[in-house]
Amino acid sequence: MALIAMETGRFHENYAEEIAVYGTPYRRMWILAVLAVTFVIVPLVASPYWLVVSTLVGIAAVGATGLNVLVGYAGQISLGHAAFAAVGAYTSGLLVSRAEAPFWVAIPVAMVAAGVFSLIFGLASLRVKGLYLAIATLAAQYIVQWILTSWTWITGGFQGIVIFEPIQIGPFDSTTPTGKYLMVFITLALVVVFVENLMRSRSGRAMIAVRDQDIAAAGSAVSPLRYKLLAFFISSAIAGLSGVLYGYNAGLVSTEVFTLTLSVQYLAMILVGGLGSIPGSILGAGFITMLPIWLRDLLPAVGIELSASVEVHLLTLLFGVAILLFLILEPRGLYGLFRNIKDYFRMWPFSY
Amino acid sequence: MSEFMQLTVSGAFTGMLYALLALGFVVVVKGSGVINFSQGEVVVLGAFVMSWLLTDVGMPFWLGIPTTVVVMLLVGAGIERFALRPLQNESMLALVMATIALGSVIRGLVPMIWGDGLRAIPSLIDQRRYEWLGISIPTITFWSAIMVLILLGAFGYFFSRSRLGLAMQAVSDDRVAAQSLGINVRLVNAVSWAMAGGIAALAGFVWGSLLGVDHRLVVLGALIFPVVILGGLESIVGAVVGGIAVGLVESLSAGYLNDDLGAGFSTVAPLIMLLLVLLVRPHGLFGRPEIERV
Repeated sequence: MALIAMETGRFHENYAEEIAVYGTPYRRMWILAVLAVTFVIVPLVASPYWLVVSTLVGIAAVGATGLNVLVGYAGQISLGHAAFAAVGAYTSGLLVSRAEAPFWVAIPVAMVAAGVFSLIFGLASLRVKGLYLAIATLAAQYIVQWILTSWTWITGGFQGIVIFEPIQIGPFDSTTPTGKYLMVFITLALVVVFVENLMRSRSGRAMIAVRDQDIAAAGSAVSPLRYKLLAFFISSAIAGLSGVLYGYNAGLVSTEVFTLTLSVQYLAMILVGGLGSIPGSILGAGFITMLPIWLRDLLPAVGIELSASVEVHLLTLLFGVAILLFLILEPRGLYGLFRNIKDYFRMWPFSY
Repeated sequence: MSEFMQLTVSGAFTGMLYALLALGFVVVVKGSGVINFSQGEVVVLGAFVMSWLLTDVGMPFWLGIPTTVVVMLLVGAGIERFALRPLQNESMLALVMATIALGSVIRGLVPMIWGDGLRAIPSLIDQRRYEWLGISIPTITFWSAIMVLILLGAFGYFFSRSRLGLAMQAVSDDRVAAQSLGINVRLVNAVSWAMAGGIAALAGFVWGSLLGVDHRLVVLGALIFPVVILGGLESIVGAVVGGIAVGLVESLSAGYLNDDLGAGFSTVAPLIMLLLVLLVRPHGLFGRPEIERV
């Protein structure tokens, strides 16, 4: 029964065990179960409505996982991730529509473009850190929004709308709900594997060292500059990928999508989910994306009917309240909550 | 040339009003060390309370303005008590997110209470323009700028001379040392947020009179950052100098660059200036050069 035995105190005897992804058979079982539910059960069982909702969650989760590399692991703040997502989305959309590049060229180029663009603002992190970086990336957000709306020779036309050509390979079609769902979740799985492996590598460990104590990191021959910029690059490239997914999912992008609100939502996702945790990023993306849906579904169920505009304001209000409550009551987020509950049952009937 | 003079003078005066926005931010940095991303929203709240008391409730100016200031003092103290005090000793990210979340709460709350429409603040002074050597300035901007100067002088005196003001500086410098010298840190934090609220009431009055009271006033919040980064985060003189500089950058780029670089360039020009300042002199003109850097 080793397969379903709960994990107990685990003591690593060598480095290979320490960095193993499948730490225990129990964990391997969980990973397989999650994969099976995501890629087999949900596409077969879920209604189109829930496929669409899950797709939105998946797109947000890609962006949140990317931001978590920067904020959760490297300890830098970015209020401009929506702008970096915009750079990715517009680069890939324009490459396909104007230069007629195939999508498998356009998407990697878009990711690199988003990453390189973010380095301009990441350079500010060489001289300053923490809150100054937050302010620099906030400026990035406003500047990109302005460029997208005013320089119509880049984006072309009214509100910078760029159409995304659907991807069709064999039976796969990026216009059907199932196709979109699979496209997003396969990407998410790749991103998760990449980030998980990154964090097991020297680079990932170096980012964590820079976050925890940058002077000590520099003293251990870990260049804070190099790893901060690397984190910025990777994080923004993944954000750009999330922007690309948004474009393929919606069929187009416009300048109104990538606002400061989205940047703040990304931050809220990783905060609500749990900083420096990949499952946390996905949980948080789900929570923040589902908030308006819950609000729309639950209020009429308890007999409260609100006009659309009041609903929007209530949502803004609740969004803020939710962040404050998580900050004050459970700073480790949903994943921390999950671990507390899990530990309670694991240790039961003892308290530790 | 006269166009240049007009742009310069009106830019400088508008800049004084930016200094008023930034003052509320600077006071919080001075008193509690928190970077407040919600000052723009607090100003909007102040403008709505002011407009509501003066029009719907029908208070005269001599009663309505002080009442709003008192209300906003309490709001500021309340924010500190319920949102920031529980987060003492938390990371910078937690504090930044807490103030952003607060901004979101206010942005949702204000239209739920007062509706979506544009409101007005009755004018205290007749809305004319002063003309002098071919340069014209709206009366309201002129007198607001005078008020800002007086206010900034008062705050400068408060922080450099009064016991509480010095205590506030001590707390922002080193919380633990200040506490061990018998300074009531909680009181100081509460006072600084209350002051930010009171200043926001005045800023709301000024900007509400100029632009109308509307949720769109929050965009002013983004202009606080270029002002304080150039001036130095905890400097009152810096807020004035930074405010005027931002006013000038905005006004001159609106006059000369918008046509070439695209409409609305003047709104991002201060932010480009911000990035340059961060690269060249991150602590600003009058800030303490003690930013940790690696």
